[in-house]
Amino acid sequence: MKDIHDYEGDIASIRSAMERSVKFLSLSGLSGVLAGMYALTGAGLAYYLIYYPHPPFGFRFYYVDESTIVLRLMLIAAGVLALSIITGYLMSQRKAKRLGLTIWNKTSKGLMANLFIPLITGGLLILILVSRGYYGIVAPACLIFYGLALIQASAFTVTEIRYLGFSEIVLGLIAALLPGYGLVFWAFGFGVLHIVYGAVMHYRYDK
Amino acid sequence: MKNPFEQLDRVLEHRVRLQIMSVLVANDSYDFNSLKDVLNITDGNLASNLKALEKEKYLSVSKSFVNRKPNTKYKATEKGKNAFKKHLDALEELIKTQR
Repeated sequence: MKDIHDYEGDIASIRSAMERSVKFLSLSGLSGVLAGMYALTGAGLAYYLIYYPHPPFGFRFYYVDESTIVLRLMLIAAGVLALSIITGYLMSQRKAKRLGLTIWNKTSKGLMANLFIPLITGGLLILILVSRGYYGIVAPACLIFYGLALIQASAFTVTEIRYLGFSEIVLGLIAALLPGYGLVFWAFGFGVLHIVYGAVMHYRYDK
Repeated sequence: MKNPFEQLDRVLEHRVRLQIMSVLVANDSYDFNSLKDVLNITDGNLASNLKALEKEKYLSVSKSFVNRKPNTKYKATEKGKNAFKKHLDALEELIKTQR
């Protein structure tokens, strides 16, 4: 007959098998912090392009309407996105190895599919609207679609991602109410929030 | 009060089988390689325990080809889900009485 500790071990193993089979647990918190830092750097560059030497708050003296500036802003955003994805992939791969899991499995596929459907939809919509001159939509729409994507994907990973999603949506809606502050909200949503949630995840799961 | 030890499912007292059923209860279906990945066990170990569960009709097997590679999917049957739940209840009862 088995010992009582064996039965407690059985329950622990049920829990871990269920969790590991449903959720992608290799997501690295530290890569979130780094992504936040890239976003803040990108926002800093964008600030120099748009506002310098004026402060980024308050009334703007001119609008973003020159296509060269729009193109450069898009390049910055694409750079931030690419760097964040590469960092996230590499650091999650390392964490997966440590946990004895693979990075490309059923859970990460579920995570990706759920993340990218709202994200690509939003991205295309934003590009279409920008091509028509609706520049004011960029910051709120980025934040809102990203938030929706995170909530959708959170079923496949740690719960913090769900709360990050809600925060991004709220921020996006406020940004929509306050046109002209797009860059500040964008920097807060993609920079500060990533750093905060990334740090929380790092201390909760990676320590 | 019934003796909780007697309520335990003999098939599921085996750790690997219990973990396989946990994965299949939590997911619609799971394929062989993904199971191997999650449970971190060898092909042989996994295959023999899957066979045992199949024999009890706790899971159903469907074979297909994905990109010309064989892909075997496992699904928990109603019988398997009920057995798992009963086993879990018995475990809970056991730990409660022993504390």
